[in-house]
Amino acid sequence: MLRQLASKRLITQRIQILPRFYHEKVIDHFNNPRNVGSFDKNDPAVGTGLVGAPACGDVMKLQIKVDDTTGEIIDARFKTFGCGSAIASSSVATEWVKGKQMEEVMTIKNT
Amino acid sequence: MATKLLASALRQTLNKKTTSSSLHRCLSTAAALTTAPPSQNDEAMTIKGLKISARPLYLDMQATSPVDPRVLDAMLPYYLARYGNPHSRTHLYGWESDQAVETARSQIADLIGASPKEIVFTSGATESNNISVKGVMKFYKEKKRHVVTTQTEHKCVLDSCRHLQQEGFEVTYLPVGNDGIVDLEKLRGSIRPDTGLVSVMAVNNEIGVIQPMEEIGKICREFNVPFHTDAAQALGKIPVDVDRWNVSLMSLSGHKIYGPKGVGALYMRRRPRIRVEAQMNGGWTREGDKERDSAYAISGGNGRGMRAGEEGDGERLLNGVRAKLDGVVVNGSVERRYAGNLNLSFAYVEGESLLMGLKDVAVSSGSACTSASLEPSYVLRALGVDEDMAHTSIRFGIGRFTTEEEIDRAVELTVQQVDKLREMSPLYEMVKEGIDIKQIQWSQH
Repeated sequence: MLRQLASKRLITQRIQILPRFYHEKVIDHFNNPRNVGSFDKNDPAVGTGLVGAPACGDVMKLQIKVDDTTGEIIDARFKTFGCGSAIASSSVATEWVKGKQMEEVMTIKNT
Repeated sequence: MATKLLASALRQTLNKKTTSSSLHRCLSTAAALTTAPPSQNDEAMTIKGLKISARPLYLDMQATSPVDPRVLDAMLPYYLARYGNPHSRTHLYGWESDQAVETARSQIADLIGASPKEIVFTSGATESNNISVKGVMKFYKEKKRHVVTTQTEHKCVLDSCRHLQQEGFEVTYLPVGNDGIVDLEKLRGSIRPDTGLVSVMAVNNEIGVIQPMEEIGKICREFNVPFHTDAAQALGKIPVDVDRWNVSLMSLSGHKIYGPKGVGALYMRRRPRIRVEAQMNGGWTREGDKERDSAYAISGGNGRGMRAGEEGDGERLLNGVRAKLDGVVVNGSVERRYAGNLNLSFAYVEGESLLMGLKDVAVSSGSACTSASLEPSYVLRALGVDEDMAHTSIRFGIGRFTTEEEIDRAVELTVQQVDKLREMSPLYEMVKEGIDIKQIQWSQH
């Protein structure tokens, strides 16, 4: 009973409900982004996408390396000019597409 | 009974543990100088979703400054023992407080080259600005209907002008050059026979640029127009003299010069006398806060003597950053600036992500007023800075208590973060490959 009291005390003091600020996972992806980098543009197995504009505040470049025979995405890299959430979402996107088929990844949506 | 005792003892020790460590954290500002990784420290505070291991380095002196301990020493007797109202004329408490107020008044007057009778205490530079702009124009509203000011003034001056416009006055907002300095010919050309006030701030709070005060004063004397200046950032930092500058009104702020918040002053010239209409009734010379006033004065007096440390430090910060990074742009004139204010833009890096990464350094992007929204600041827009560069601007504010180690650490963290973000930036990659970014047709969505 005492231990419960003690731990409850500690927990209520540590948890803070913070409206409108970044989730821990977003911050984690911002501080330790996965798959930053580039592939060789001229490699035929590499597809490159570039979207956005500096004036809007967001530019994202996503590159995927596709296995010719199976159509599977074996690797992905990204580079982003943008705010914390832009960087985090690009990082998450590269993790999601790895190991998937090309048709499968077309279903990835914002929602 | 025993369990109850045990429970309360346990509660006490738990409380003690958390409150004493938080108190220790509150008083220590140097902890961020160490490189202990935050994840290993389970006492790290989590605020706004970020885990920070210690209080950040404070490099935001233009927003506010810490109270100098000497000022606090001067203030305390007036809170604890000599707490009379200076307007109480019937007893010692009132008399000694009144004496303190008059001492404070003369100290401030000495600092700016004025007479003590010309100083009025207010609640801050914002109130002083309001009184100056709206009070002057409303007093002379029969004959004078025009105000001249610049696009880079503080929000309170611009908002007061907007208020005047709604009441039917006309306002000219002068543009500034790329270096932030107002064009004297344009100023001369904009003064009309019915101009009632020229308002130009001495040192800009966002970019630190110093306006040519003597020349503007000469023009105002030539046309016989009252000259108001917001000298909140200038007092104690550059030489201020109301006669050399020919100012009729000057707004001063306490918490920018290591004094308490909630205290400011307004200089109003007596020869020739400038009249204002009161903006607050019931004694707009608010002098009840005598202890703060006396402290304000002491901080002002010390401000005059203690400028030396800051100029070297501003250079140090800029050289440190420039030594390791390219693509660093200083916003505002490099020659005519106050050294303790450094506003830098980093190319190919986005501002919000840079600020998020610089959580161990307390800096501001733009000014404190504009840092709440993500809009690029109107001051940088007035300088003609590109939108994307305006987004990346960071203002480093160095003050009396900033140490060299803090500056070095701030340089290190900034360089680290900018490098990391540039590695992640496709724009930087394109520039390295030799592509001209301005020529690209971006696909908007």
